[in-house]
Amino acid sequence: MSEVGAVPLAAMPAAAAAERREQWGQLALLLPALLALAALFVYPLLGILFRSVHKTDYTLEFYRHVFRTPVYLTVIWLTFRTAAVVTAICLVIGYPLAYVLARARPRMARLLVIVVVLPFFTSIIVRTYAWMVLLGRNGIVNQYLMDLHLVRAPLALLYNPSGVVIGMTYVLLPFMVLTLASVMRGIDPSLVSAAHSLGASPAQAFRRVYLPLSAPGIAGGALLVFILSLGFFITPALMGGPPDVMIAMLIEREVELTLNWSFASALAVILLVLTLAGYAVYHRVVRLGQLFEGHS
Amino acid sequence: MVAVRDVSLTIAPGSFFTLLGPSGSGKTTTLMMVAGFLHPTRGEIFVDGAAVAGLPPQKRDLGMVFQSYAVFPHLTVFENVAFPLEVRKVGGASRRQRVGEALELVRLQGYERRLPRQLSGGEQQRVALARALVFRPRVLLMDEPLGALDRKLRAHMQLELKRIQRHVHVTVIYVTHDQEEALTMSDQVAVMRGGLVEQVGTPAELYEAPVSPFVADFLGESNFVEGVVVSAEGARVRVRADSGLEFHGIGATSLSEGQRVTSAIRPEKLATDEAPSPELNRCKGTVAEVVYAGDATRYRVALGAVGIVTVKVQNRMASRPYACGDPVELAWDPGHTRVFPAEVR
Repeated sequence: MSEVGAVPLAAMPAAAAAERREQWGQLALLLPALLALAALFVYPLLGILFRSVHKTDYTLEFYRHVFRTPVYLTVIWLTFRTAAVVTAICLVIGYPLAYVLARARPRMARLLVIVVVLPFFTSIIVRTYAWMVLLGRNGIVNQYLMDLHLVRAPLALLYNPSGVVIGMTYVLLPFMVLTLASVMRGIDPSLVSAAHSLGASPAQAFRRVYLPLSAPGIAGGALLVFILSLGFFITPALMGGPPDVMIAMLIEREVELTLNWSFASALAVILLVLTLAGYAVYHRVVRLGQLFEGHS
Repeated sequence: MVAVRDVSLTIAPGSFFTLLGPSGSGKTTTLMMVAGFLHPTRGEIFVDGAAVAGLPPQKRDLGMVFQSYAVFPHLTVFENVAFPLEVRKVGGASRRQRVGEALELVRLQGYERRLPRQLSGGEQQRVALARALVFRPRVLLMDEPLGALDRKLRAHMQLELKRIQRHVHVTVIYVTHDQEEALTMSDQVAVMRGGLVEQVGTPAELYEAPVSPFVADFLGESNFVEGVVVSAEGARVRVRADSGLEFHGIGATSLSEGQRVTSAIRPEKLATDEAPSPELNRCKGTVAEVVYAGDATRYRVALGAVGIVTVKVQNRMASRPYACGDPVELAWDPGHTRVFPAEVR
């Protein structure tokens, strides 16, 4: 019977060693990704950080310049406002679409996913130009509106904030839909049935059961769309008017035209910090939300 | 595709009524029609004399416990149970009192502030039950509610459900494929097969007097013997099995001489060492297999041309165990031999 006692004693250190080996093994598997990330992401980022505070000597003049020039502050404000509007519109359009996607039969769901992600197979520049054709003064949209006598003169849909919002919403909608749908697919449909059997009207069942359960999807999708919006460049550059400058366009201008790389770096760092701040706020809100749900 | 063809059932108020059948028999479809999640293409459903087939589920006032429990994961136990009251605008002290009573009924006092993920399967089940009863529904519908629980807990919950049902006097319509559950809990059972009701009756009626080989096989266990009717006097018939063995039995329907029949005998009704008596059917065989099951022993007995039958013998102190190859004489009461017209295949 002594063997029975001896086995666990001997096995324990062996098991721990095996576990350690496995951990190192997993680390080794991560190594290529970590190296690539360090070389292609961390190193250039450090370069940007360095350049933003250093030209011939260490200095904070580039940051000072940003915060002392009202035009730049306006651009930052516009960037955030555009991102917020785009996020809100994506949510309103994307929520019902994601619901249909999540509740569809497997074959239909696959088809819908393909339709949703199909635009990604085409270059964003091509798609943006396509929108410019559609939305132009003599584009299809304005022609229909005129033919139906809904408007008398062509609407200005391009080269202004509405053009930027339409274009960005179109590009970012799939991110919202796919994030929402993945959360909605995890919601047990019998929960809504249960709510009905307990006396809840469709509106009550949605507000008390489905909406709170899909909230993580709303938060996740909104965060993704908002953060992607902040760095948008091509769409606002092509579909916006001269005043519709977003921060990424400003950075590009400094790099390409004025060759002021240090100033561009400072702007890039500000964008990064603001994005991270947005994420931190979001994280706080979501955490608080969970606490609230648990103890209300 | 037709899931349920011609189902007509009357359920007495305050009774425990079970729809029993294999998967695909239409029992869940029938329940879902009563609940309002499916709508019958024809026919009507009455609750307390009022037609409800046209109403959506939320207007039917029927409590329902789902197979997956469907406890709201984002709400606490209290909020889950308060949900039906909340949507009915029952507020304040009255809501708190009724939730308290419902939780007491299912013995979950003190769990009010917990979230479903902090509960075991059995506890979630109780939350679902309290939630379905808190608004005092006319009928409680349950769709295989104990299917996900382990054996011990299931037996315990069966007793709990009966206690709660007696306490609140609610009519229960219960769906299960587990014949043991149906027998132990129900006042009335409807056995369903292929979208039709095969038989309705008390558990004892179904077990002792099944109307078809399907019921005899689905509830409990039966040995089937094919043969023809040699003579018939009322319900009592004499059957000659295809092997030549003759015995007496009771016809499930009226049978006539020369008719092909299937006879069913339950394993526990076959006795191995009975004193000779002219009333009993008898035959000789050889033990082919012995399966010890603790409380009882199951013998597979070869009866020559009849084939192999199963005999279940309680393991009492006195009973002498047989071994493989032992000769054995079987005896059984003609009253325990159900004779059905052979099913046309």
